[in-house]
Amino acid sequence: MNRVAINFDECKGCRLCVEACPKNCLHIGNRINKIGYQHAEFDSEQCTACGICFYMCPELGAITVIKEDKKAVHHE
Amino acid sequence: MIKHTKSKSFYDTFERKGPGQKVTHYCPGCGHGTIHKLIAQALDELDVQDRTIVCSPVGCSVFAYYYFDTGNIQCSHGRAPAVATAMRRVHDDAIIICYQGDGDLAGIGTTEIIHAANRGENLTVFFVNNAIYGMTGGQMAPTTLFGQKTMTTPTGRTMAQDGAPIGVAEIINAIKSPVYVERTSLGTPGKIQKTRKAIKQALQNQVEKKGFSLVEILAPCPINWKMEPLQARKWLQEHLEPVFPVKQFRDNSDELIQAQFSTKLPWKSDEEVLDYFGVNKEQKQVKQEKEIEEQLVKFSGFGGQGVMLGGVLMANCATEEGLNATWLPSYGPEMRGGTANASIIISQDSIGSPVVDFPNVLIAMNGPSLDAFEEKVHAGGTILVNSSIVSQKISRSDVTAVYIPVSDLASEVGMIAGANIIMLATYLLVSKIMDINTLRKVLPESIKKKQFVDINMKMIDKAEEYFKEHLS
Repeated sequence: MNRVAINFDECKGCRLCVEACPKNCLHIGNRINKIGYQHAEFDSEQCTACGICFYMCPELGAITVIKEDKKAVHHE
Repeated sequence: MIKHTKSKSFYDTFERKGPGQKVTHYCPGCGHGTIHKLIAQALDELDVQDRTIVCSPVGCSVFAYYYFDTGNIQCSHGRAPAVATAMRRVHDDAIIICYQGDGDLAGIGTTEIIHAANRGENLTVFFVNNAIYGMTGGQMAPTTLFGQKTMTTPTGRTMAQDGAPIGVAEIINAIKSPVYVERTSLGTPGKIQKTRKAIKQALQNQVEKKGFSLVEILAPCPINWKMEPLQARKWLQEHLEPVFPVKQFRDNSDELIQAQFSTKLPWKSDEEVLDYFGVNKEQKQVKQEKEIEEQLVKFSGFGGQGVMLGGVLMANCATEEGLNATWLPSYGPEMRGGTANASIIISQDSIGSPVVDFPNVLIAMNGPSLDAFEEKVHAGGTILVNSSIVSQKISRSDVTAVYIPVSDLASEVGMIAGANIIMLATYLLVSKIMDINTLRKVLPESIKKKQFVDINMKMIDKAEEYFKEHLS
């Protein structure tokens, strides 16, 4: 399944990814990270791995987008 | 399969001051991070990370060197295109990026950007326009919009007081040389993709040595705009984009107009440079067989009397004899008629400063020179006076006075302008620091107009003749 891996401690909670996601896969949670922000969280099966959140995010390494490798699954 | 992740052109951890070894110092919602990511991605894709040099500006993005795992030079405010030009001259293959904000590029550094663009330097400039001075706390920038409130325009920018917002892309587009000029925005995900393409194209142009590319990127500054990050993106679209139209101004990158000449200067070794200037003589051992008193000479007169040449010859005699020497000219803007003096220091030791405030040898070719410097001569020093035109006598008793009618003697030889040579020769004979024959050797090499060599040699003979008769 496609997913977005968020390095929680790198998120500054600006919400740009949350608003930009066309499938509403992201939200700002209640937990506060190491640098003091309520960080974004990913919780959805709708992700298309489009990468919009990655490009909107101003942090250099906060977001990694992982696309399901269907071929790899098939070969298994 | 990882589809999007941190670029390899970034450091894994950022060894910066402040909290967090993984996060940038940028505020939440800032545009810089996204632009950094787009640039790093382009560097990855073009495979040029190991030959890239980022010129970081003064401004929030001054710390770009914490993030980009590339070469970096942190430039003086606004001077990135000038620094980049210098690097281009010596590194033909480097990928040189000027990353500049609006305060840096459009305010402080307008000269540098315009001339770098006009020279068509093979550089890539990313101009981040957020319409405000961010790092310094939100002052008005040249790109600040009409009515926009900043620290320095608390009631909003006005035409009458502050002029109009500057369109940098338009200005660069008015110059013939650039290859690629585009303005993009970070307003929406779609526009970020266009920015991504523009950044890559601008770098691609440089890789292909096509010339100057500039991408102006409209970016938000939520903190100084006093907005939430999302609100700032909206404001960017509603207010900034209408004033600064987002479009491609020029793309000549398909035309194959590779830089017509290589901007790289041929490499010269230090030896070759010295040869070029004709100063690659073997360093002589400093003469030590006899102890000499350090000579602090003021050779002074009016412009046209040849005091500069006299000083140069004196210094050349010293170096020819293996002594250390400095020569420092001082003159007004006039070519003839003004006052002029040269400071010469001759020493067996290293010379720190070439300035002579208190000479121990004063050569006064005219009256005003004597007036100006007589009192400054060290006690026990020597004053040589051109008695042809200086009628007054030296009032001090603690110095040695030598009066020589050098202008008259020079006229007798046949060229009044040779007075400086007679004076210099007399100094050599009186001081006995250097040999008079050294001057005979040095003079033909030092005089540019070779037709005057013979008559100047006669001046030396005349000085010797006069010295034997009257001064020895």
